Amino acid sequence: VFSGFEHSKQWIKDLKPDVAIVVFNDHATAFSVDMIPTFALGCADEFPPADEGWGPRPVPVVRGHAEFASHIAQFVILDEFDLTVVNRMEVDHGLTVPLSLMFGKVDRWPCRVVPLAVNVVMFPPPTGRRCYALGQAIQKAVESYPEDLRVVIFGTGGLSHQISGPRAGLINSAWDKSFLDGLTNVEYMREAGAEGIEMVMWLIMRGALDDTFQETYRFYTVPASNTAVGHIILEPR
Amino acid sequence: MARVRRDYDDIPGTFVFDAERSRQGYGINMFCMSLLKKENREVFKTDEASYLNAYKLTQEQREAILGRQWNRMLQLGGNIYFTAKLSATDGLSFQQVAALMTGSTQQGYAEMMLRGGRPIDGNRRVGVERSWLRSSPGWDAHTFRLSGRRSISAKPKIHTGNGCSRGSSTPSNG
Repeated sequence: VFSGFEHSKQWIKDLKPDVAIVVFNDHATAFSVDMIPTFALGCADEFPPADEGWGPRPVPVVRGHAEFASHIAQFVILDEFDLTVVNRMEVDHGLTVPLSLMFGKVDRWPCRVVPLAVNVVMFPPPTGRRCYALGQAIQKAVESYPEDLRVVIFGTGGLSHQISGPRAGLINSAWDKSFLDGLTNVEYMREAGAEGIEMVMWLIMRGALDDTFQETYRFYTVPASNTAVGHIILEPR
Repeated sequence: MARVRRDYDDIPGTFVFDAERSRQGYGINMFCMSLLKKENREVFKTDEASYLNAYKLTQEQREAILGRQWNRMLQLGGNIYFTAKLSATDGLSFQQVAALMTGSTQQGYAEMMLRGGRPIDGNRRVGVERSWLRSSPGWDAHTFRLSGRRSISAKPKIHTGNGCSRGSSTPSNG
């Protein structure tokens, strides 16, 4: 599994981003069932790794970018996306594992992070169309920020997987591959598993790119413990 | 009140955690959430039944938790990311819980994953024979519902052919 990330680690090392907007889902860590925000943007200066029951993952504190994040929040809310602003949040493996896969084992994360938490735990999550449109709004927000920053956006979420109920273990490689081809799709839960619905989060990343992107890298494998795993690098031309 | 029928209710072996289950399972999930704290895990282990008194649970939900009926908890509104905190408290790995939910052994489940996972073909919707469901605890392959309150001990009926379960009158929950 991990060899598939070597190319991408080098890619991001060369790119030297200032900020990574990471679209991810919380796994009953920062949010319980007391509050279930559909989109929640992390506007704090830092986000400590959470104890998910086995002690916090041994990774550095995630440094936010409060000014940039607040700018995005203000911009997209005025652009009619009703997202929740989060000023205090612990982050779980949904956020820190993608960082580890891209940046490796480090003492300090090499860039700041703006976490965008998406509800994919309770049905219905936001639709794929809505995620895509939010991505487009984020692109405009980033471009309107006065300071010149190099920004990457990670769309995360396991590909097909189901870890709940008698159908647990489901994997649908054909679906995953067609998703990577099209990055537009619907019947997530039936085809990709109850937890595979996490894939809608990729569409926010996709929406933040113009249609003139090029795919520069793709990796896909089964399994990584219980899920199909893959990633794709899309760069603006 | 009976659960309103949803178009995703025919996904086999799947309890979609929707807004209705979120409401129904609030007590289960908040109980599980409390187990994130080490001191709470210790109190719970000392006297599980008393610990549960602090949460608003139906009798069925209490029994499902105390009996570690993993599928039943999901059916009654639990969510896997929350119930995973209970299984972690029990010292189970995720794969062990997955094996329990699917009626497999841990080794059998791990081998299935290494072979590329459970295939999608034949597993999209009800009405198609799925041999793997026969062994799932309490799962009634005919009605596509857990077959009773004592889901661990209930013997699943085996249904072959391509009959359809949509018209079933078996209540889906209590």
